[in-house]
Amino acid sequence: MTVTLPPASPAPERPDSASPLPESPAPAATPVRPDVVGRVNRRPSAFIVAVACTVSLLGLLPLGYVIVTGILTGWPELSALVFRPRVGELLVNTVGLVLITVPLCAVIGVGAAWLVGRTSLPSARVFAVLLAAPLAVPAFVNSYGWVSAIPSLNGLWSGVLIATLSYFPLVYLPCAAALRRLDPTVEEAAGSLGSGVWGVFFRVILPQLRLPILGGSLLVGLHLLAEYGAFAMVRFDTFTTAIVEQYRSTFNGPAANALAGVLVLCCLFLLVGESGARGRARYARIGSGVARIAPRRSLGRFTPLGYLVLGGLFVLSIGVPFTSVIRWLVQGGPAVWTDGVVGEAFLQTVGYGLIGAVATCLLAFPIAFLAVRYPSRLARGLESVNYLTSSLPGIVTALALVTVSIRFVQPLYQTVVLVIATYVLMFLPRALVNLRAGLAQVPVGLEEAARSLGKHPIGAFLNVTARFFAPSALAAGALVFLGIVTELTATLLLAPNGTRTLAIQFWSKVNDINYVGAAPYALLMIALSLPVTYLLFARSRLTSGS
Amino acid sequence: MIAGIAGVTVLGATACSANGAASGPEATSGGKPSGSITVYNAQHEELTQAWADEFTKKTGVEVTLRNGDDSELGNQLVQEGAASKADVFLTENSPAISLVDNAGLFSPVDAATLAQVPAQFQPSTGNWTGIAARSTVFAYNPALLTEDQLPKSLLDLADPSWKGRWAASPSGADFQAIVSAMLELKGESATTAWLKAMKSNTVIYKGNSTVMKAINAGEIPGGVIYHYYWFGDQKGTGENSSNTKLLYFKNQDPGAFLSLSGGGVLESSPNPVAAQAFLAFITGKAGQSILQTGTSFEYPIVDGVGANPALVPISDLDAPKIDPSKLNSTKVTDLMTQAGLL
Repeated sequence: MTVTLPPASPAPERPDSASPLPESPAPAATPVRPDVVGRVNRRPSAFIVAVACTVSLLGLLPLGYVIVTGILTGWPELSALVFRPRVGELLVNTVGLVLITVPLCAVIGVGAAWLVGRTSLPSARVFAVLLAAPLAVPAFVNSYGWVSAIPSLNGLWSGVLIATLSYFPLVYLPCAAALRRLDPTVEEAAGSLGSGVWGVFFRVILPQLRLPILGGSLLVGLHLLAEYGAFAMVRFDTFTTAIVEQYRSTFNGPAANALAGVLVLCCLFLLVGESGARGRARYARIGSGVARIAPRRSLGRFTPLGYLVLGGLFVLSIGVPFTSVIRWLVQGGPAVWTDGVVGEAFLQTVGYGLIGAVATCLLAFPIAFLAVRYPSRLARGLESVNYLTSSLPGIVTALALVTVSIRFVQPLYQTVVLVIATYVLMFLPRALVNLRAGLAQVPVGLEEAARSLGKHPIGAFLNVTARFFAPSALAAGALVFLGIVTELTATLLLAPNGTRTLAIQFWSKVNDINYVGAAPYALLMIALSLPVTYLLFARSRLTSGS
Repeated sequence: MIAGIAGVTVLGATACSANGAASGPEATSGGKPSGSITVYNAQHEELTQAWADEFTKKTGVEVTLRNGDDSELGNQLVQEGAASKADVFLTENSPAISLVDNAGLFSPVDAATLAQVPAQFQPSTGNWTGIAARSTVFAYNPALLTEDQLPKSLLDLADPSWKGRWAASPSGADFQAIVSAMLELKGESATTAWLKAMKSNTVIYKGNSTVMKAINAGEIPGGVIYHYYWFGDQKGTGENSSNTKLLYFKNQDPGAFLSLSGGGVLESSPNPVAAQAFLAFITGKAGQSILQTGTSFEYPIVDGVGANPALVPISDLDAPKIDPSKLNSTKVTDLMTQAGLL
């Protein structure tokens, strides 16, 4: 018989201990434990808890919508709509897409990270930036670029090609960051015990990259499930494209909702699969001081091959779409810019992006604040609710909000407020991750010192903590901005009358196969995304401690 | 929860009828149009924008467009009910506008407007009016199909010999309107059988332009589209149609279906005077001339405004006679969903 010991210490663990935070070593004499020190205020303010709970409850709306409409539809009709050959086709397509693309992205992402981070290819550092650039090209613009170059592209393999080239940076970036953090002594120990280059790579490096690979792959998978435009353009049907088609034929008919239900199940499957595959191993480095920077390895006679791989990736992922856009722009001449709507669409897009980013950060803050300063079961629950919502494809969230607003909150229907609310639900976790990481880095003692010197609590927070975590807030906002600028599906459904964003106008031109007219919008979307992507890249470096 | 939804629906319905009764009589009064209107526009954006610009120039009424597809906007209007912000609904085809009509959401069209439009281009209900027309055609690539290999009827395309050899865009309202005509002419069981055959025969594209582009590129021998895509491209660069020709089925075949684009004024319109004036403008000489001389290549429908000279005259199309208000979009999407096309 075993005796179960009570937990040794009630100190709550940090919600996501796997998430890599910058390792700025705290002074040994004054250990900073925000979670403990923060307890000077025993309870979080009721206002903050209320906001956090409200936002998270609203976050459950899309999932609740899918479940409730499923129940209202009734099993006989629902099963007739779910268990039919068409859904089987869509399932085969969607699952095939995920099963092929995710491993491809993982292999390319890890391989590219290794090539730019660990080899002595002379321009590896340049490629390190260039390979993050595909994130600035929305997948549907990438698809447009490829279809312009090879008009006959269609079906599964075209979908795989475009998705892989668009999404591999989602694995590449975290892997490159993690690779820089690895302690080379472990690899050297393996080497001294007789492992060759490949042995070290597969038995030492790769297992340590497990979390970034899994996390990145999960993101790739969720993007694959949610993407509409890129696959519609190469005539590849997935659940999301089929839902959009049903929507176009019936608005929010039961068939669209049934498909949405199956799609949500696919998302949950990925989420559960990823968390199951993470394992319980610990990856933190043991040992004092700062790890050496790992030496770069010469590729020897494989140097040309290394160049070929990196150069090829760049040409295929950035070169092709960019060349197409430029080619159409040249063909269209100045006339395509004087369409009259280009400027308006640009301003509207920037407006939505800015308002959405600010709103999302403001609403994410209470959740991040609770998670860092008052970690509890409630705080963890609130966080995970929001991750769940953002994992749902935009089309599901949009369908839910359209229906709910028409039926229950008419005044909000077709307003900017509703669009912003959708953006908040879709992109909240992007802000949350950054805000939480930033907040956790601010020693709470400084804020307390300011208060003990007579500052009002709010003043102390604004003057001390807010300043420290401003860069994180900026990154959070920038990421949300990037998401909004390139958002198509939900905006199409929810936009107020007369709305013209870059993505909407681009899509309308592409549908009329007016590829020339679409080019300015494509270029502007890329131009708005590039600086943000660079910021993202720079921050991934920062967290890797260099 | 269920009870809650039901309760709100009832409330919504009550509000709807009250509102309708209040705004009904004003709709037909003939005051001077002013203010602004919102148009739920399923027509080609370029065409409606041209109408809107001209109308604004004449009357000073601001026009805001919400662009979408026939069925999407039609179903949306039904869901929105009395709370809709729309004043006018314009479609490319009749089924979606009939859907809104059947839901009782339209005000009767002004008598003066109806008087401008020949009876054959009006629904029997009189709650909306035709605004333009488009003809079904079979576009083909003569390098891949000789004239003697061409189908005689749209129904021929169900034959196994056509497997993988013709294209369509079944998710679009255009094609769904053609199916609704078949449903009306040939009945449900024939249409279901045809759709099942289509599922195995047809190569599916998204959008009529894309279908034509594929035929032009030789990816596929032929496809079912509407005529004006071809003429629009010919008028422009011809890059997506120069290798293709059009076949008109005629003989009152389902494939000779002349689809009527519709326009109606919502009973809940906040600005019925301007909304009626807009519809009168579109169906008047000025509005119809934009069809004749513009780049849309759709058929004008009022007497005295001929079609663009490049087009085959409507009278030569030998289209089947169908009451547009009989076309049923819901039934068609159900049948197509059953056939696995949606």
